Amino acid sequence: MGRAGAFLPVALFLGLAIVMWRGLYLDSKELPSMLIDKPMPSFAKVTVDELPVDNAALPNEPFLLNVWGSYCLPCLVEHPTFMRLSESGTIPIVGVNYRDQRELALNWLEDNGNPYAFSILDESGRFGIDLGVYGAPETYLVDSEGVIRYRHVSVLDETVWREVFEPAIAELRAEEAQ
Amino acid sequence: MLPELGHFSLILALCLCALLGTLPLLGAARGNTQFMGLARPLVAGVFVFIGLAYALLTYSFAVDDFSVTYVQQHSNSLLPLRYKLTAVWGGHEGSFLLWTFMLAGWMLTVALFSRTMPLAFVARVLGVLGLLSVGYLMFMLATSNPFDRLVPLPAADGVDLNSALQDFGFIVHPPTLYMGYVGFSVVFAFAMAALLSGRLDAAWARWCRPWANVAWAILTIGIALGSWWAYYELGWGGWWAWDPVENPPLITWLFGTALIHSLAVTEKRGIFKSWTVMLAILAFAGSLLGTFITRSGLLTSVHAFATDPERGIFILGILVLSIGGALLLFALRAPLLRGRFSFGLLSREMLLLVNNLILVVSAASVFLGTLFPMVYQAITDDLISIGPPYFNAIFVPLMALLVLALGVGPLSRWKKTSGNFLSRQLALAALASLILGVILPLLVTGAMSVGASITAALALWIVFSGLKDARNKMANKKSIAAGLRSLPMSYYGMQLAHLGVAVLLTGAALTTLYSQEKSVLLGVGESIDLGSYEFEFQGAKPITGPNFRGMEATIAVRRDGESLRDLYPERRVYLASGTPSTEMAIDAGFWRDLFVTLGEERGDGAWSMTIYVKPFVRWVWLGTLLMCFGGLLAAADKRYRRVRESRAEAAVTEPSAARSVDGIAGVRV
Repeated sequence: MGRAGAFLPVALFLGLAIVMWRGLYLDSKELPSMLIDKPMPSFAKVTVDELPVDNAALPNEPFLLNVWGSYCLPCLVEHPTFMRLSESGTIPIVGVNYRDQRELALNWLEDNGNPYAFSILDESGRFGIDLGVYGAPETYLVDSEGVIRYRHVSVLDETVWREVFEPAIAELRAEEAQ
Repeated sequence: MLPELGHFSLILALCLCALLGTLPLLGAARGNTQFMGLARPLVAGVFVFIGLAYALLTYSFAVDDFSVTYVQQHSNSLLPLRYKLTAVWGGHEGSFLLWTFMLAGWMLTVALFSRTMPLAFVARVLGVLGLLSVGYLMFMLATSNPFDRLVPLPAADGVDLNSALQDFGFIVHPPTLYMGYVGFSVVFAFAMAALLSGRLDAAWARWCRPWANVAWAILTIGIALGSWWAYYELGWGGWWAWDPVENPPLITWLFGTALIHSLAVTEKRGIFKSWTVMLAILAFAGSLLGTFITRSGLLTSVHAFATDPERGIFILGILVLSIGGALLLFALRAPLLRGRFSFGLLSREMLLLVNNLILVVSAASVFLGTLFPMVYQAITDDLISIGPPYFNAIFVPLMALLVLALGVGPLSRWKKTSGNFLSRQLALAALASLILGVILPLLVTGAMSVGASITAALALWIVFSGLKDARNKMANKKSIAAGLRSLPMSYYGMQLAHLGVAVLLTGAALTTLYSQEKSVLLGVGESIDLGSYEFEFQGAKPITGPNFRGMEATIAVRRDGESLRDLYPERRVYLASGTPSTEMAIDAGFWRDLFVTLGEERGDGAWSMTIYVKPFVRWVWLGTLLMCFGGLLAAADKRYRRVRESRAEAAVTEPSAARSVDGIAGVRV
């Protein structure tokens, strides 16, 4: 090994360190959905009240699609935010009752309040699979054309609402007003 | 109050480590025995204070002190006590505390069992470890203090420990893995001490070998426990997934395996010096990289449960300072590392070099496969993923080559071996393993299989060549018993570890080749055949645990109409977090495992489930167990405990660097 050759490992390592330093700032935490900027999958199901629903029943304005379940404690954490939004009429909210049982879901809505325009009953989880759901809770922002614009995994509390959803909705509404 | 005391202990430990990282090193450089003598007492102090901090955090978990953020985030009043006590390592901050505690434990062990080494060397080893601890402790205090309080008000109850972690595997896997990982920091410190002293003769290799063997043995078992846990807990039927977080321990292990072989050459023949030092640095780099990857969010994976760029920058800083510094020292000392290469093309040295090259190439390809997606994204902004096919395609042929060399290695001699001698010795073993390799799969399954034949032949090759070598070693003894007694412990260690390779190889290959699985929907009373087994679903009933509720199914297993046993797979929902989890039921056996994972109910009491029959899967872990015991036996060899001339060496505090240049003066054959 020559004098200069001995420094080769250090040089290689420093190069690697620079790449790793750059790698740190890559955003790998965001879970991109395959469906971003794609229309919502078509569905023909029933609500938790056993009324038939399909894509036509979706609101004709931007709305939130919230995946929830009576078994899901984090859903209780974000529930007050949805109640507030629904009572103030800020934005319509559609629920997806994911892998739950109908009676338990109804009890849960009775106990905690129902912020949803309606909740799609998805006992088998098939609709969740079409949506690419990881697990409850998850919230999607959908525009008036029924195209998914944003996906948020886990709890949507007041902070997430203020910092992420409020600006995104304002932007979406401005875009649609044009 | 007690958590604050824990925090304070960590600060005290940091102060002691700062002293430990400077004074003994200074003393060793200046020949000041008083400063060198400080190393051992300082280590004792560090151990006491980090141990106290660790005990206090455990206590906070035990008494449900939810005013401590870390406890609130990782425990719950309903959590069973055994998980409360181990939830300490359920998250990032506590894992790091465990890591530093393990390092303190290793330091204490070195301080206690280093009487055969000169004081200057011990002072350097402990000093380097002290510097590493300074990095870890500063990281913990600056970015991840486990004793932070939840302000302004304590929460009523905790979030709960991640339900996937509530398992026996979680109790044993992380501590063992960390202990092995941190062991390579000790080996690294030995290499650094040797570089610093400028004496890279056979002595440091002899001092280092037992530590390297123990670290390697513990890491082996740590990885195996992780694989076993993933196998029975995750319920996907595999035992290794080439996950970005599984790979760094494997990289460390491969470098470590190369290192323990290369150390043998350096000790016995005084050559491969720079190579051995480089391997010690690489194995340590692998262990740090593992931390960096899991703790920084650099690579997303199922394990990467703590992600935070600020922490990543800090760990990267530790990485650059320690490994960059080590490599720089290596480059500056390069003239000392030149050794004479005087061995034949066919010799034990050459075979060990082949072993080293194959292991290093394997480690490098695993490393590339793990990091390439990140590098690619850093350069092009596009996402790609590298899956098991890449790893298998590279790893399997390399391991086959390694096993071929493994059979020849022990029989070869130092310096020069004649090809005639080797072929005479091994012809029978080669022939027997080839013939049996072809016949065995045919006899057992009734069908030819190229994969199974190659596997059997390679495994038998290890066994037969090992037996031949043992017979040679005992050839001139009166009886077999006398022969067995005459062989040193390290020889038994080697044989056992090599046998472990054969067993692991058999398990890994055959379970991949012959496993069967079926996903089915079964109503009550319905049954399904898989392999030669029949599985009957007898119904499901609700169950309640301390912190979960769920359903338990009963599956009766029969073979040829004869009832074998019942399996009870479960589906659970954890109350605090609402997360569902599946508990598979396993009937483990030496020749095969049967297991069932429960899916969900599909009306009418019918359940979806997946059923697996996995032959030889236990051999994977049996093999690693043998390897682990082999490593421990080798480390226990009595020749490492001889005090031979260490008294004389102790008097020499700072040998002039020139003395060992190009020298093989330290060679002991």
